[in-house]
Amino acid sequence: MKFDTPATTNPIDQLKVVGQPVDRVDGPLKTTGTAPYAYEHPVPDAAYGHVIGAAIAKGRITSMDLAQARAAPGVLAIVTADNAGKLEKGEHNTATLLGGPEIQHYHQAIALVVAETFEQARAAAHLVHVEYERGRGAFDLAAEKGSSIKPKPGIGGEADTAVGDFASAFAEAPVQLDATYTTPDQTHVMMEPHASIAKWDGDRLTVWTSNQMVAWGTKDLAKTLGIPKENVHLMSPYIGGGFGGKLFLRADVLLAALGARAAKRPVKVALQRALMINNTTHRPATIQRIRLGAAKDGRLTAIGHESWSGDLPGGEPETAVSQTRLLYAGANRMTSMRLAVLDLPEGNALRAPGEAPGMMALEIAMDEMAEKLGMDPVEFRLLNDTQVDPEHPKRPFSQRHLVECLRKGADHFGWAKRTARPGRSRKGRWLTGLGVAAAFCNNLLMKSAARVRLDHRGILTVETDMTDIGTGSYTVIAQTAAETMGLPLDKVVVRLGDSRFPVSCGSGGQWGGNNSSSGVYAACIKLRQAIAKKAGIDEDDAVFSDGHVTAGSKRMTLAELAGESGLAAEDQIEYGDLAERYQQSTFGAHFVEVAVDAFTGETHVRRMLAVCAAGRILNPKTARSQVIGAMTMGVGAALMEGLHVDKRRGFFVNHDLASYEVPVHADIPHQEVIFLDETDPVSSPLKAKGVGELGICGAAAAVANAIYNASGVRVRDYPVTLDKFIDRLPEAA
Amino acid sequence: MKAFTYERAASPAEAAAAATRRPGAKFVAGGTNLLDLMKLEIETPVHLIDVNGLGLDKIEPTAEGGLRIGALVRNTDLAADERVRRDYGVLSRALMAGASGQLRNMATTGGNLLQRTRCPYFYDTNQPCNKRVPGSGCGAIDGFNRQHAILGVSEACIATHPSDMAVALRVLDATVETIRADGERRTIPIADFHRLPGDTPHIETVLRPGELITAVTLPPPVGGTQLYHKVRDRSSYAFALVSVAAIVQSDGSGRVALGGVAHKPWRVEAAEAELPHGAAAVAKKLLEGAKPTQENAFKLKLVERTLAAVLAEAKGARL
Repeated sequence: MKFDTPATTNPIDQLKVVGQPVDRVDGPLKTTGTAPYAYEHPVPDAAYGHVIGAAIAKGRITSMDLAQARAAPGVLAIVTADNAGKLEKGEHNTATLLGGPEIQHYHQAIALVVAETFEQARAAAHLVHVEYERGRGAFDLAAEKGSSIKPKPGIGGEADTAVGDFASAFAEAPVQLDATYTTPDQTHVMMEPHASIAKWDGDRLTVWTSNQMVAWGTKDLAKTLGIPKENVHLMSPYIGGGFGGKLFLRADVLLAALGARAAKRPVKVALQRALMINNTTHRPATIQRIRLGAAKDGRLTAIGHESWSGDLPGGEPETAVSQTRLLYAGANRMTSMRLAVLDLPEGNALRAPGEAPGMMALEIAMDEMAEKLGMDPVEFRLLNDTQVDPEHPKRPFSQRHLVECLRKGADHFGWAKRTARPGRSRKGRWLTGLGVAAAFCNNLLMKSAARVRLDHRGILTVETDMTDIGTGSYTVIAQTAAETMGLPLDKVVVRLGDSRFPVSCGSGGQWGGNNSSSGVYAACIKLRQAIAKKAGIDEDDAVFSDGHVTAGSKRMTLAELAGESGLAAEDQIEYGDLAERYQQSTFGAHFVEVAVDAFTGETHVRRMLAVCAAGRILNPKTARSQVIGAMTMGVGAALMEGLHVDKRRGFFVNHDLASYEVPVHADIPHQEVIFLDETDPVSSPLKAKGVGELGICGAAAAVANAIYNASGVRVRDYPVTLDKFIDRLPEAA
Repeated sequence: MKAFTYERAASPAEAAAAATRRPGAKFVAGGTNLLDLMKLEIETPVHLIDVNGLGLDKIEPTAEGGLRIGALVRNTDLAADERVRRDYGVLSRALMAGASGQLRNMATTGGNLLQRTRCPYFYDTNQPCNKRVPGSGCGAIDGFNRQHAILGVSEACIATHPSDMAVALRVLDATVETIRADGERRTIPIADFHRLPGDTPHIETVLRPGELITAVTLPPPVGGTQLYHKVRDRSSYAFALVSVAAIVQSDGSGRVALGGVAHKPWRVEAAEAELPHGAAAVAKKLLEGAKPTQENAFKLKLVERTLAAVLAEAKGARL
């Protein structure tokens, strides 16, 4: 199905199943612990692999003594770059997944020890003796900023954009802001580590893994091993969190495959928690300079946003200026991204790449500018709304309800009660304050295919290689199929995450729900045609409901039409140029109340509200779960999350769950989510959009702005920990 | 994890004797710290002596009117004990500020005192650490050291002791009871129990090889308002940036001890004389000789402000 004109009325609009807050169809499996995750898949005779990570950030292995480890109890094989055979690099990988002799980053995998038991593999791994020659590396973004280069156009578009004359407009603006913000390196710390089981049957490889993008993973695994893609069967039906960290082939999969080949046994590998953080990808730190110029009435006349980040050679920038190109009106504008070479682990996608750290900076800048103008920060944002892409004014937004989100949120949250002057609201030992930020995240369109099969019992089975990373894919796909086919939800079976199924969009960039469901919709429409044909009725007259197809006086059950042989259809959603003609984005507003301890500077978030305009909400319950999760990550980003770089030795020091802090239950207060009743006929036949990442974009800035409102202290360096402002906090007593 | 042998001891004296017989043996109680360190091969005991069944899990009144806490009393049980909550509130509060519910259910009184530092360079066996491998150097001193010690530091080590419980015990003037292989028992004031790092940061307490903690004794209650304020980056399951244990009497006199600032709970009795003069005066004395790094210099201010918070709260509580 080619989607190239805006959607009109279609079966989804019935909203009998779609749009309903139904429970997750996979809920019982998850809550009873019976959903088999990658490492738990029952594979007879599996051996266990333990990964050894490089002890240096850059340099060479000069010797590796395996003798003692090989002789250790239970050891079956040891895989190193020396004995693994020729390996290519995956299309989506920057550094190689098995290092040696050259080392590209700390904890780059250099060996896999395979043994009969996990404990034996781990014990033997400690007996591998490695000597290194340390090389000189660059590990400090601030120090390398000056040598950064203009990156090639990538996912975030061109490195530079410019409209009008930013320099003059900024210079002439009566009210100006010129401030620099920093965001730290962040890591995913999903509950389930990167984990895989690999099994060879001759030259055919089967892997059970935890990967958000089955087709990418399959292709890159085949490429890395130098075998035909058809020889790889990859399954990833359940994923215990990914957050962008499992978009790509990682060392667990490759090493399991190599280990299984060497040991001639199925091999299980889970990256050790303490290794994951430096071994896999992370969100790169940014330095962002924002310049805003405005007339005295508050209208922005100049918007400038520059961002610096670093990555390994061949890597890409954190696209932190993306949202600034689209969010506010302003005739003169410039954005630019620069990329430094850093020898830290590989930078890549994490929870709303680009937009999340970009909004962390931009939305503090907007708060600062509002204060300079003497305006309410909500009013300031309302005044600078735009209904067209400000860099290409002939290109409208498909839907844009930022103003409505801000207004509704302000109303609902009690924004009017905010004390505009910072540091003026104290109750006992608590300084309280309110903060606001816009939420913005783009809506991306991706091709997505599915296969549907109706059997003689009237059961519809959906198959697509789509993944469910805890977001609710199983459920919204089941709802879409049920709605389109006129079936109750319990007559739909959804099977995901298998490379033998049609290729979907996968999960990432908040594109999963809308695109994968649209692909399933396309396949179902095709199946409806086949059913109508078999029933001998005109497809346009056919009504699908309650497990029946009806046309005039003719009424038959889908089960009888399917018959013994069943009926099947396969199709994909693909898109025309609607995304070029219209800018498709999702919008929202975050409101936060914090209390800051007047003595110690400890911050507690008390209330949060997100109002979201993100097209049709396919399932308000799973969507709400996604948004409150994203808001929680926003609290983490604001208050505690950050990798600490050892700039001499070149690694992330806090590489475990005890020292890389994310919010605990006690940090998370009352959270509320409101979805505006919106449909976007330009986005897809479902009129839905992404929503998961919208919830994080802006949330951290709203917290930071609330801290400023509470305490009068502005921190532009995330996370906003008390050590950064304790010396500026007013006297408490 | 290296292979090890295991036995269950039948009595405290036998446990101590078993440990003395086998160099490289360790006692195991809750295992919440030791087992993690064994998996990483930071601890590599050749033999484990399980002391869980020794009957050291009782809290009993002493003849002097205090409490004798068996070394195997779990943190959860100690924090919840009615007598502790009534008479030694600072201890109950400190315990509840530590770790997580699951860990407190397993962690014991003796083990809590013996937990190792959470310095990330200690935990990463690729990095130098004088505490883990004496003489290998210190990764933290010019590395990432925001959480590290500002007091009593040495050129070999700037690690902190992570316990919250120990800070409360320090302010309560607790004593540690031990037994040795020959059956000899001794009593060690908590002030003397932990050592400063000096040039032997791997030796953390004054316990001798094979010596087993059997109990911690609290003197008779001293009354007052008892508070524990732990400042950290999140609300639970995080180690202290700074913590303050305080007992403040109605006349404004009292005691304070600090956590998160040194290789042991930090208490300077002379500073307590300044309590009537306010937090700044107390902090000044407490922090005499402090040697912060650039990253943890904020702790100086934070100590003063946390003390002020605690004193203000104590004042409020007395009204």
